[in-house]
Formats: sequence, C-alpha cells, structure tokens
Amino acid sequence: MRKYNELIFELSKPGRTAYRLPENDVENIAVEELIPAEYLNDDELNLPEVSEVDIIRHYTNLSDKNFGVDTGFYPLGSCTMKYNPKINEDMASLDGFKNIHPLQSEETVQGALKLMYELDKALCEIAGMDKMTLQPAAGAHGELTGLTLIKAYHENRGDTKRTKIIVPDSAHGTNPASAIMAGFDTIEIKSTKDGLVDIESLKAALSDEVAGLMLTNPNTLGLFEKDIKEIADLVHGCGGLLYYDGANANAILGQARPGDMGFDVVHFNIHKTFSTPHGGGGPGSGPVGVKKILLDFIPTPTVEKDGDRYYLDYDYPKSVGRMKDFYGHFGILVRAYTYILTMGRDGLKKASEMAVLNANYLGHRLKDHYNLQEDTIFKHEFVLAGLKDGLSEVTTLDVAKRLLDYGYHPPTVYFPLIVNEALMPEPTESESKETLDEFADALIKIAEEARENPEILKEAPHNTPVGRVNETQAARNPVLKYEG
Amino acid sequence: MYPYIPNTKDDEQRMLEAIGFNKIEDLFSDIPDNVKLNRDLDLKPSMSELEVANYITKLSKENTTINDLTCFLGAGAYDHYIPSIVGHITSRSEFYTSYTPYQAEISQGTLQYIFEYQSLICNLTGMDVANASLYDGGTAIAEAAFMASNVTRRQEIVISKTVNPQAREVLKTYAHLQGIKVIEVEDEGGVTNLEELQSHVTDKTAAVIVQSPNFFGIIEDIEAIEKVAHSQKRTLLIASVDPISLGILKTPASLGVDIVVGEGQALGIPLSFGGPYLGFIATKKSHMRKLPGRIVGETIDTEGKRAFVLTLQAREQHIRREKATSNICSNQGINTLAAAVYLVTLGKKGLREVALQATQKAHYAMNEITKSGKYKPLFDKPFFKEFAITSSADADEINSKLLEEKILGGYSLGKEYPQYKNGILYAVTEKRTKEEIDRLSSVLEGMI
Amino acid sequence: MKVVKDLFYTEDHEWVKVDGDEAYIGLSDYAQNALGDIVYVDLPEVEDEFDKEEGFSAVESVKAAADIYMPVGGTILEINEDLFDNPELLNQDPYENWVVKIKVADKAELDELMTSEEYEKFLDEEV
Repeated sequence: MRKYNELIFELSKPGRTAYRLPENDVENIAVEELIPAEYLNDDELNLPEVSEVDIIRHYTNLSDKNFGVDTGFYPLGSCTMKYNPKINEDMASLDGFKNIHPLQSEETVQGALKLMYELDKALCEIAGMDKMTLQPAAGAHGELTGLTLIKAYHENRGDTKRTKIIVPDSAHGTNPASAIMAGFDTIEIKSTKDGLVDIESLKAALSDEVAGLMLTNPNTLGLFEKDIKEIADLVHGCGGLLYYDGANANAILGQARPGDMGFDVVHFNIHKTFSTPHGGGGPGSGPVGVKKILLDFIPTPTVEKDGDRYYLDYDYPKSVGRMKDFYGHFGILVRAYTYILTMGRDGLKKASEMAVLNANYLGHRLKDHYNLQEDTIFKHEFVLAGLKDGLSEVTTLDVAKRLLDYGYHPPTVYFPLIVNEALMPEPTESESKETLDEFADALIKIAEEARENPEILKEAPHNTPVGRVNETQAARNPVLKYEG
Repeated sequence: MYPYIPNTKDDEQRMLEAIGFNKIEDLFSDIPDNVKLNRDLDLKPSMSELEVANYITKLSKENTTINDLTCFLGAGAYDHYIPSIVGHITSRSEFYTSYTPYQAEISQGTLQYIFEYQSLICNLTGMDVANASLYDGGTAIAEAAFMASNVTRRQEIVISKTVNPQAREVLKTYAHLQGIKVIEVEDEGGVTNLEELQSHVTDKTAAVIVQSPNFFGIIEDIEAIEKVAHSQKRTLLIASVDPISLGILKTPASLGVDIVVGEGQALGIPLSFGGPYLGFIATKKSHMRKLPGRIVGETIDTEGKRAFVLTLQAREQHIRREKATSNICSNQGINTLAAAVYLVTLGKKGLREVALQATQKAHYAMNEITKSGKYKPLFDKPFFKEFAITSSADADEINSKLLEEKILGGYSLGKEYPQYKNGILYAVTEKRTKEEIDRLSSVLEGMI
Repeated sequence: MKVVKDLFYTEDHEWVKVDGDEAYIGLSDYAQNALGDIVYVDLPEVEDEFDKEEGFSAVESVKAAADIYMPVGGTILEINEDLFDNPELLNQDPYENWVVKIKVADKAELDELMTSEEYEKFLDEEV
C-alpha cells in the first residue's frame, strides 16, 4: 500500500469519465450563439479523465499516508489537537444546515440564526465578554478583526497617533503579522527568565502611541500570566486596549475568563478549544468577542433577537464593515455549538482540568530526560529545551523525526522562538494516562538512543511512507504544480 | 460521564499523586484570586449525545432548504450538483482530523492533494502558481489587493462596481487598515465603464480589480480592461472569476490577467449558510514570492522518491513574523480537497458540460421570463449562468410570492444598486430542469 | 567561523570590501552558517538608493529569513545575478560571493564599521 505514488494526472486516460449529467432538457443552442466567440475558450480543458473507481482508490491511498487525531496521539503544542466528536460532523451535515443559501430570507433560516445567537451568548459567557462576531474565518483572521476594532476605537476618538501594538517575544507569529497587516507597527517586549511578560519592559514600551497589547494567557510557554491584572491596568492606564489571543483557551475554561482579566477584545480558535476538526489546515473559525466599549465598531451583520424572531442586524453606523463574505464559517459553528451543548458548563471545566493534569503529568514524566523549560505548574502545554545531557549534534528535529517511527505525531518544534531547541507537547484532555505513559516511554527511549546510537535519530524516520524530505531542494527549485 | 475524556477517577488520582498534588484545584493555584471565576459558567449542564442531536436537529428543521425549494438564488453562492464521491472522500478522518502538514513524512496525503489542487487551479486559470487557498472569494480579493500594493509599492486600488458588493465591502475594510485608497468605478449597462476606469488608472494605481462573469452575470470585456489596466507601467490586473465559467470561457491568463482570484464554493462545497467556502488565488511566476498563505511544492525524500512539502515558507508569518506577506496561517484545508475531487470527477469534459448546461438553461430561463414583456432584461449583454430582469413589481414582494410557491427567488438588486430598483438577479445552474424553469416563469407571469 | 582580513564588518554580520568610493557587500561566514541552507536571495534593483541600516535585500533559508541592511548608505551599482539561480553560493563561499556592489554616499560612514579584528572579538564576546 505504501508504494502508492501516483498523481491523479498520471491516472488520466482519454475517454474515461467519473460523471454523468442528465440530458439537457432545454433547447440545445450552440454556445457560440449565446456567448460571443471571442469570449470562448477554443482549447480543451486541461483536466484529467479518470473513472470514479480511480478517484476513490487514489484518495483512499492518499489518506493512508496521512496521520490524524483519529490515527493516534497528536500532541502538537499550541494547536489543541483534541478529539473531533463524530456527532459534530453529523449535525453540520443535516439538510437543514448544509443546504441553506446565505441570502435566503430571514424567515426561512430561523433555526440557523437561532443557533448563531445561542452560540454567541455561550461564547460571551465563556469569555466574559459582551458580544461576539462570528464572522472571522480563523484565529489569525480573528486577530486581524480584533486589531481592526482597536484601530476603529482610537480613530473614533480622534486619537490617530496610536500606531503601535505591543507583542511579547514569546507570541505566536500571527500576532506581529496581524498587527502589521492592520497597519500598526509592533513593539516587541522581552519575557522574564521565568517566561512571563516582563513588567519593566512593558512599562518602558508604554506611551501615548500605543494602541494596544496582544497577549495569550496562558502564554506560549504554557504559563499563566499571574500579573495579568497589573498588566491590564498599565495598558489601560496609558490609553491602550488589550487583545486576548485565544489559542490557549483550552487551559482555562470555567476557571478564568479573559473578560475578567481585563481584556477588551478576544478571539477563540473554534478548531482548537471547541473540538472542530483542523481539516488538514482548515477551515477554522475565529469568533471575536468584545466589551461594550468596542460594540459600536463590530463587523456587520450580527445576529439579534426580537421577541421570538431572529434577524441579521446591519444597523451599526460606526461598524468597521465586513471582514469576510456572509456570516462566518457557519458549518464550523454548528459543530462548535454541538460540542458546547454536549460538554455543558461541567464538561468544559472538566476538559480544561484534564488538559492541564495531562500536561503536568507528561512534563513530570519527561523532566529527567529533557530540559523542562520551567519546572513549575503549567497549564495545557509545556516546553522542553532539548535533550538533557544530549549530544550537540542531535537536534530537536531529530527527536521529532524519530517519534514518527514510534507512531506519534511529534509536538510542535522550534516554537516559541525564545527557547532553544524547543519541543512543545500539548496532550489535551482527549488522552488517557496509558497513552501519555506510552508516549513518555517512547521519548525516554529516544533520549537513550540519542546517547547510544545517534545515527538512528539522524536518519529517522525509517518506517513512514516517505523518508525525510528535502526541503532545501523544494525551496531552491520550486515545483508548485504538475507539469506532466 | 464524558465520552471524550478517557481518564478515570482513579487515573486522575494516580496522576495527581505522581506529580505531588492532592487535588485538581492545586493545578490552578497559579491563577490569582482576582481573576479566578469562582462560580459555574452560566451554561446548561452537559447532555447526552441523543439529547444534543435532538435539539440541534430541531433547530435545523426550522430552516427551509434548497431541497424544500427550487433554488434560483445565486449572487456569489451557487446550487451546483455535488457528486456523492466528494463527501465520501472529504469525510475520511485521516484527512479531516489532521492539521497543517508540518511533518511532511506523515502528511503526504494532505500535501499531495493540496499540490493537485494547486495544479488544477493553475490548469483552469492558465496561471503559473496557486497557493493552498484563502478563506473565501471576498478575502481573496482583499489579499490580492494587498499583494499588488506590495509588488508595486503603490497605495491605490481601482475596482469596478460590477464586482460582488460583499467582496468590495471586505476590500474596503482591509484597505482602510493600510491607508490604501479604493476607487470604485460605476457600471454602464451592466459592465465596467471603461472610460471612467481609464480616468482613474494613474501611476499611483497598484491594481485594477474586475469580476467576470461579473456580479450581474455578464461577461466583462477583459481584453479591453487589460489594455486600460496595463496602460500604466507596473499596474496589475486582478480578476475574480467563477471557476465553473472557465469550463467554456477563455482563461484569465490568456487575457493578460496578473492575479486571478475567486470563490470556489461552486466546486463541490455545500451552501452551508455562507461558509466555510474556498478562496483561490493564482498568479504569474514572477510574483510567486509575494503570494500570501501556504504553498506546497514537489521534492524528493532521502531515497530520491517523489514527495511533497510545504515550501517558500519564508514568506509566512511563523518565520517572517511582522514582515510576512500576510498573517494567514490556515488554508481552507478540507474544502480544497472537495474542490480537487470535484474537478477531477467532472474532468476534462464534465466541467465543460456543467458550464454549457448552465449557460443554456440560464438563457432559456431569461427568454421564458421576458417573452410576454411583463418582465424585461435589465441589461443587453452576454451572460453566463446569471441574468438580471426588472419589472413594475417590487422585488421583495415577488420573492415572497415565489416562496409561497416553494421557489427560492433571485437576488434583489435595489439595495446595493439603487439605480436598479426592482431588479432581480436569477441564477440557473445545471441542476435546474425545464419543468422547474417553466414553473418559475409561469408563477412570475401570473403575478403581474 | 572564518573572518577574512582587510574587510569591514557590521553587527548584523555583513562584510564590506571597499574599493575607492565603491564597495562590495556580502554576508559573513557566521551569517550563512546561522541561516543554514540558503534557498533564495531577494535582490534590489540597480540604481536603487538606500540609507545606512536600511534593509536592501533578504536572504531566505528553509526555516528562516533575514534582511540584509546597508552597512553604509549608497546607490546600488551591480547585483550578483548568479545568486538568483544559485543562492547556495553564499553558503559555499560567503566571502567570494558578494551580494551587491554600491557607490558609497558618504565615506565617513565607513569609519563606524568594525575591522576584522574587532569583528572577531565581537563574535567571541557578543554572540
């Protein structure tokens, strides 16, 4: 099976087909009589000709070369690869959700609007915010939306000199990229040696040119920023706003809320915290919640309720406008709401507790063999800074590649940037003690191999569908499409 | 108790003991009291799968679907037939429960389908490179505008008002952030006013953006627009296209377009009340390194075997941070797979057939609806699968009456285009039958 | 790390070879080693003008990207076009393969650069 190495284009044979349409039952008029010939393409389409059997086997074989949460443990730090419940998929595929047009009249989509309204309320409660926009398509899009709101807030006050966003050096790469995309400059502030925001650095960065601070809490080292109230007061005190990057929200459900910490605008990664599938890279969903001071600027439309009737509200004269087409990734929102109802207030809290327990337990199991960056309580994830007494030629990348041979998806590597040789596991609540023990045993064995037989790591992986791929060649001589 | 949480009470205890804690709460002792939530969340308690399924299903039944109605509504989201095989492949959980293929050795499935998707988009548009997708058609236009501004180091975008109004709104939201000026060009008889367009294209213009078939369904004269756009050195031409239309229309590449974008929902993705959909973007090789988003490339593994990998990553946020071409970090993942499967399922002949049938049925519908004279074509220009008509009657009233007859009527143009008050835009895909079209025209006929 | 005598250096690990009022600019051995396999070099256009410390080019490796800053202000006279097709030249011999040749705007700015001895010391102490 592993030998399969065909591209769909290579299966093509003239005359094969995988489709059949009904006969055209209206008058057959030559297309040249309907559309001027100068607009028409005379050439044949450059698409393959394959049978349905070819297609199903092709993609089934490709799926066999993939690793997902359903295949095995996927402790990819910062990505919250929790189990994707199957009922979520079923609910999103219901005819009543899958087959409604976004421009249908409101009275024909009351169920969809009600679901969005209730999800909005639930997310507000979880975040401690006043109103959500469900429009953002992903976490990074949520960040852009939040920064757009911050910008609108300052512009509305005529405070146009606030052109800077403060970002800690441990932040996700999307934070500075979103800030620049939103037309701000960034000020990077250092972390303390304990991995938290350095208050003195923050104070030094604050001025009347600061529009806001972006922060994730717990931060990317998995540590709770315990001075968050002081941080919020400092930023607010100088006239800035606080943005909460919800990438790590799985650690604090029902324990603490960004709104109570002093954040003015937050996004959730629905595909992390609320169990919707990562889909090989997407589609995600990144609803953004705001406090009342930002409500006037929220993207339109929002979903509102009038008596028993739900409707799309475009009546926000100061709105920043639209962030994307239609109302957000509705199909993903259905899955998320299904999950929230399933887990309820008790289950969401339990999920965070187990995510945190699993992370601390796994960290404990590994700390004699790998350099635990911070030996303290962490939240849902932690960072290892390479092998303890490891040979210098064995890198974190080698450890990660060797893990593939043991049947695991490796943790995030080389992030956060402030840690050398970073390896960042996030086990999530979906994993059992047995899985964590087996995974820890594998990593400990690899640490042993690194001392005794480093070559086996250097040459890893050994039993994956392909060996280590040549990224340098790919980037030096880009081949980005099939050339035939 | 919680089907998705496998640790037992006993496991919990043993793990706590191992790390030297007595109770779970101790693990949250790092959260200071002044931010701790010392109450339950105000949400319902957890429920069984059966209870949840019943509730969500009930909500779904409060919607009327395109299976209950006959759909003539388009305006950016289309009721094309989705072959059964598409859903079967996209619901393989080896695909949908994986993440961005950072670990190439165990992600060849995802990487290869993205590579095939990129190839298919290039083949369809005639362009050299496509990325792994963007959120949707609207944000694809905004990203393309940023890209053009970046390539040309200019701060003005000229866009035709015949581009989807929603997409223009998204563009304006984005453009404001970077101080980019958006100049809108009026339509003339349903197509971009070329003279007005010419008057706005200057040495400050980063790009001209048009849509074809445009929002009214009309095929724009891209050749003429290209001459205007490129009358300024370095100004780029961005065209948003309906991928289905490329089954019969000339490729954007052959018309001199520099960046092609579009909404890919029509390629096997369900309507789902507006999302998730699929934004595509493709360009010339010379602009390859300015593309936003993920890109997959072909390479070899240690044994020289063909393999695929994320490449040109130095453009992206996780490496370039504040200097990235975009902040985008995801792609539309499983929807790119849907689009790829759709395109190979229809293949060389099928996509053309879908485009041809949509064209013929749309033209038949237009003729039927307008033949008595009660309804008139709003424009007299070549169109693809959508067309606008007008009458003495109010568009919303017409649509309410159609709904009573189980017909999902067209898009009312008056709100976005006050000059076309009473105008209605109908979409006719290959799914519509002669009988359904005849019923639409006879119900319409009886109304006035 | 190799440091070549008679060149000037910056803290951003560029080298400068001065020839009258013209100068070649390249990356030091330390820089190419830190980046790893270089896969692409984004070069400016001839006649472009840049100030001292302004980014004029970028080098990309598989996992990293770095801007190259002007050691001194000036106008681009020549770009090393070989780097378009063979970016690995910067890995193979960083001192033989220059990136750009410039006309120096203000020769006084050259005095602020490090000598090879100073750069060696800088590498020992700071990096």
